[in-house]
Amino acid sequence: MGQTMAEKILARHAISGEVEPGRIIRARVDCVLLNDVTGPLSFKQFREMGATHVAEPERVVLVCDHFAPAPSLAAAHGLKAMRQFAEEQRIPHFFDVGQGGIEHTLLPERRLIAPGDLIIGGDSHTCTYGAFNAFGTGLGSTDIAAAMALGELWFLVPESVRFMFRGAKRPYVTGKDIILRVLREIGADGATYQAMEFAGEGIASLTIDERMAVCNMAVEGGAKTGIVVPDAITDAWARDNAAPRPYELVAPDPDAQYAATYTFDLADFGPMIARPHSPANVVPLDEVVGTHVDQVYIGNCANGTLTDLRQAVALLGGRHVAHGTRAIVVPATQRVYAQAMAEGLLAQLVEAGVAVSTPTCGACFGGHMGLLDDGEVAITTTNRNFRGRMGHAGAQVYLANAYVAAAAAVAGEIVDPAEVAGAASPAKGGTV
Amino acid sequence: MFQGAAHVVGDDIDTDVILPGRYLTLTDPAQLAQHVFEGIDPDFVSRVKPGDILIAGSNFGSGSSREHAPLGLKALGLSCVIAASFARIFYRNAINLGLPILICPDAARAAKPGDQVRVDTDTGTVEVAGQPFHAQPFPPFVQELIAAGGLVPWVQAELAQR
Ligand code: SF4
Repeated sequence: MGQTMAEKILARHAISGEVEPGRIIRARVDCVLLNDVTGPLSFKQFREMGATHVAEPERVVLVCDHFAPAPSLAAAHGLKAMRQFAEEQRIPHFFDVGQGGIEHTLLPERRLIAPGDLIIGGDSHTCTYGAFNAFGTGLGSTDIAAAMALGELWFLVPESVRFMFRGAKRPYVTGKDIILRVLREIGADGATYQAMEFAGEGIASLTIDERMAVCNMAVEGGAKTGIVVPDAITDAWARDNAAPRPYELVAPDPDAQYAATYTFDLADFGPMIARPHSPANVVPLDEVVGTHVDQVYIGNCANGTLTDLRQAVALLGGRHVAHGTRAIVVPATQRVYAQAMAEGLLAQLVEAGVAVSTPTCGACFGGHMGLLDDGEVAITTTNRNFRGRMGHAGAQVYLANAYVAAAAAVAGEIVDPAEVAGAASPAKGGTV
Repeated sequence: MFQGAAHVVGDDIDTDVILPGRYLTLTDPAQLAQHVFEGIDPDFVSRVKPGDILIAGSNFGSGSSREHAPLGLKALGLSCVIAASFARIFYRNAINLGLPILICPDAARAAKPGDQVRVDTDTGTVEVAGQPFHAQPFPPFVQELIAAGGLVPWVQAELAQR
């Protein structure tokens, strides 16, 4: 019987057990990721387990990104715990403030992941690595501690669900809209404990950055992971960014078994938006046009990429953030930041009245750098709009792509980006 | 064997609602417990008595991987969580940390706030206001983890063998 990508990757890493959906296996992992929120708890559990040393320090990656730079003493304490653990365990891949950025955009930049890898992270969005044809999955701190101590972990082999995309995207549609469209279809628990497989020419047309946006939100449908079928783009990325590490692209067998198959035509939909308070509460953009926004937030582990910053500048460049609205842009990593600076993107954003932040998870999880008050409305390129996620439980958060978020910053309300782009820009001598 | 009053919440309760992100710098379970459900129900913490049981709809614990959520629930004194279904990471976290959980859609549907609930984890029986229901059994390996008292003692034993 043929295998899905998830089954193949697990089979390559299995130490014991049969790789069949529903079975439990033990497998070795290529990469164990921790951040400053789940890390400190993990270190505590690691010690409780009686472990004295990390089994394979070169496979562990520690990233300071959530409460970084430290907004409080408690946060400073957590960041210090990261530094201490890295030093004590001689972990070579430690990224402090100013050296890295948001974990899921960072790891692929630093030759830390490759196609076919099994990656676990103390962060639910570890599923983002499916964009690179890897099996990434999020776990809690205790599981991560166990993996650090043993170099392996138990996994329930998931069933797979296939999402096929044909056709070409409409204007202002991005990877973000594709995954929002999927979530609209399956709901917040439509893929619980399953592996999503993304395939078809519609997916092949996406850049690596946009594929990250797709896989990043697989967990918002309850999935264990989400993996893109590899193609020339995956291979080209791996040649430049995974090598010299050996890697192998993993494609599904033609007779692989799926719990369900969904087919979408990209020509059928425009930009999508998730309304409060669930990432699966998705509607087409037109249904929320005219909603006033107090804050626009462009940033996140999969939507603070160079692609997103360019999309933001396409709308905000030469224009200005509306009166009564504030905008924050967070480049995901130091490299994205440097490149955006070199391209002049940051200067254009600053001119437009945007607060440009150092790379950080920041307000994405309600940590710092732009929390919302009661009754405030925000549009963001992040992945969660749960009640209270970005601050006060009475705040309302809409999730959208960077074009849509940037257009809202210009208009002060949710608007079709085509309308903002169509209006001549005052700075360029227009008459608006 | 657990017995206590039911506290009932709905479907898709995410870990941001259980424990908001701004408290994630806390690692002391007792401190975390003070903020459970703060955003949606500020009095929740003061209403819970030790041994009480949390009953939830489907997809409980969705979202973030934060163990702060099950740690806070446990430290608050809740003896167990019964839900129609659990999100994947929360399910693992609860078992790893020794917070008893049971999957029992019928009991989840039947329970009303304040109902007396009795749980026999050995037989998987859940009694809501005198009415018995049966929880789904766990896979054998997960039972092994539960019997060990969670993942920490399980790894301790593994390391001792190496
Ligand atoms: S950017 Fe947001 S979703 Fe991504 S890792 Fe950071 S807090 Fe989590």
